[in-house]
Amino acid sequence: MTRVRRWLPGLLLVTPSIIAIAVFVYGMLGWNFRLAMTDKHDEVSEGSFVGLENFVSLWDQKRWGISVNHAIVFTVVFVAGALVLGWLLAFLMEKGIRGEGTFRTIYLFPMAISFVATGVVWRWLMNSGQDERAVGLNRLFDSLGLDFLQWEWFRNPDWGMAAMAIPAIWQMSGYVMALFLAGFRGVPEDLREAARVDGCTEWQVYRHIVLPLLRPVTLSALIILGHISLKVFDLIMAVSGKQIITDVPAVFMWVAVFDSHDPAKGATIASYIVLAVSLFVIPYLVWTLRKERRP
Amino acid sequence: MRRRWMAAVAVTVAGLLTLTACGDGGGAAQSPQADAKKKVEVFSWWTGPGEADGLKAMKEIFEKQNTGLTFFDAAVAGGSGDKARALLATKLQADTPPDTFQGHAGAELQGYIKAGDLEPVNFLYDELKLKEVFPQQLIDQISVEGKIYSVPVNIHRSNVMWFNPGVLKEAGVAEVPKTIEEFVAALEKVKKTGKIPLAIGSEWTMVHLLESVLLGSLGTDAYNQLWTAKSDWSGPAMTKALNDFKTILSYAGDPADDWQPAAKQVADGEAAFTIMGDWAYGYFHNPPDGGLGKTSKTDFDWAPSPGTGGTFMWLSDSFTLPKGAPNRDGAVAWLKVAASKEGQDAFNPKKGSIPARKDADTSLYTDYLADALKDWGSNKLAGSIQHGVNVNDAWRVSINEAVGLFHEDRDVAALQTALVEAAKNSGQ
Repeated sequence: MTRVRRWLPGLLLVTPSIIAIAVFVYGMLGWNFRLAMTDKHDEVSEGSFVGLENFVSLWDQKRWGISVNHAIVFTVVFVAGALVLGWLLAFLMEKGIRGEGTFRTIYLFPMAISFVATGVVWRWLMNSGQDERAVGLNRLFDSLGLDFLQWEWFRNPDWGMAAMAIPAIWQMSGYVMALFLAGFRGVPEDLREAARVDGCTEWQVYRHIVLPLLRPVTLSALIILGHISLKVFDLIMAVSGKQIITDVPAVFMWVAVFDSHDPAKGATIASYIVLAVSLFVIPYLVWTLRKERRP
Repeated sequence: MRRRWMAAVAVTVAGLLTLTACGDGGGAAQSPQADAKKKVEVFSWWTGPGEADGLKAMKEIFEKQNTGLTFFDAAVAGGSGDKARALLATKLQADTPPDTFQGHAGAELQGYIKAGDLEPVNFLYDELKLKEVFPQQLIDQISVEGKIYSVPVNIHRSNVMWFNPGVLKEAGVAEVPKTIEEFVAALEKVKKTGKIPLAIGSEWTMVHLLESVLLGSLGTDAYNQLWTAKSDWSGPAMTKALNDFKTILSYAGDPADDWQPAAKQVADGEAAFTIMGDWAYGYFHNPPDGGLGKTSKTDFDWAPSPGTGGTFMWLSDSFTLPKGAPNRDGAVAWLKVAASKEGQDAFNPKKGSIPARKDADTSLYTDYLADALKDWGSNKLAGSIQHGVNVNDAWRVSINEAVGLFHEDRDVAALQTALVEAAKNSGQ
């Protein structure tokens, strides 16, 4: 009886959210995967089981290849950019700066804005018009005499997605900075002192003491940025809309479901997005579980 | 100890109650059975300047004629109904349709028809003798196996070439180009002056351009045949048309964000031509705030897009009767207003379109609209691709995709193959 008393209240407390998550997250995921394995290619038909056919045939579509490519370019530039910039900001902050609180607020602030609002502003900033027709950043470069920096931004067929990552970096690097700053602050001063006493230069202190201790923070930042990046939708829609030139899987999914009215195809794309995100999240979960088990 | 127990139970119960309440609340909000007798939910995407005013004018007529009913405006913002139609799809799937919704007349409605979401409205056509007032070709193009599923409230023209007379004069283009060859020659002359020969917007405006080029290059009969069983997408005529498209596109400036900035380039004298539907007239002509406040014939001018003189490529906004509408009688009352001469004459001058009825009051339509009304009555008709007349949604997306890919690689053969595939897989 006493044992029951110990675990039952806790269980009751979490039951509603367990049920909700089971139904609305995992239930829906399962439903989506099942739909992806049918041939329900319009809203009317019942759809019979076809196995992995949709998953295979998607790769025959030129558009899918392009959107995967775009997602990879976007992810690499965005994650690397936000990590480097965030780290740099945190590093400068950590070196001691006057009015740190103000700077922290300024850098963190973009995170409070939605990707849609960011996108609307950056659409103007990244307008592709050049020289006398330039607006936004191209106008700035033009008037500064830095003409060679003008380019088509997100309309460039090869590097457009790298430009698309710039607003995302702008938005998320402040958050990465906050993570790293907490990481820096978490490094005990004793350790650094001890290293300095042992004759380390300041660079070696960072290289051998601080950076290794920042590894968990870096990993968390990587996971957070990575999964945001793979499912990016709102930013793309706000900047360029549903165009092939900036197509990513999430936008393609929207087009498949709501424009072509092809539920099975949309579900297949959604499944691929979930799989890609879980490539980031599952290793992280395994890693944290292992770490927690260690004494 | 006991108190902690109670707290846990209380939280759990509260949580479960919230969960179940969510389910109920959502359902109840979507099908307001209680006051279904009075309210008529009219679903559209008319929220912009001009179009919203037109809707309001029709609403006033509706409420005056039907004192027992109130008009509920369920408009969802977003150009060409992108967001509205996504929301509509979820509502229809949940079997909670609005009483009536806006859709482009023609093949775009096919998805809804196949899904059994729409009720035919032939009874209205018989009752109001609408077959006598709408052009026969329009009725043919919106009928599916003899059944009509919508009431067109207006007509827009898609194949309009807008140009800046000043820029043309400067470039030495004396006559408005009437054929594709003349058009290319004019574009070349403008290019030499350093101005943008042809302004374009985002991807869908390129499909809009494509439909005008196809019509102009293939000719009206061959174009109309594309949507029948006798279609020929792979032949040499189509190859030539697509090469024309490539040539014309090579004179295009940097794509603007949408059709409005592209039209503005023409109005500001930065660009010579743009090909856009006649909703651009309102943008050029209306006073600042909604429009650019330009004077017609001096600041901007128009002509049928090259090679399409004598043909009216149309699209039409129309209203439907969904199956299981909570207030079917109210919806029918709304459709009657939308079909009536009075309703259409109140709506269209404000929206910047012409009525679908042949017996409209011509004095209400001036300037561009007078031209359009005259052509609507006398020209041959062709249906728009991008605006849902000839192709269903799946087909339209495939065409958009093909044109989007073409914009990057400029490979005519690949474009033609993609279009042939699209026609084959359309299931239409």
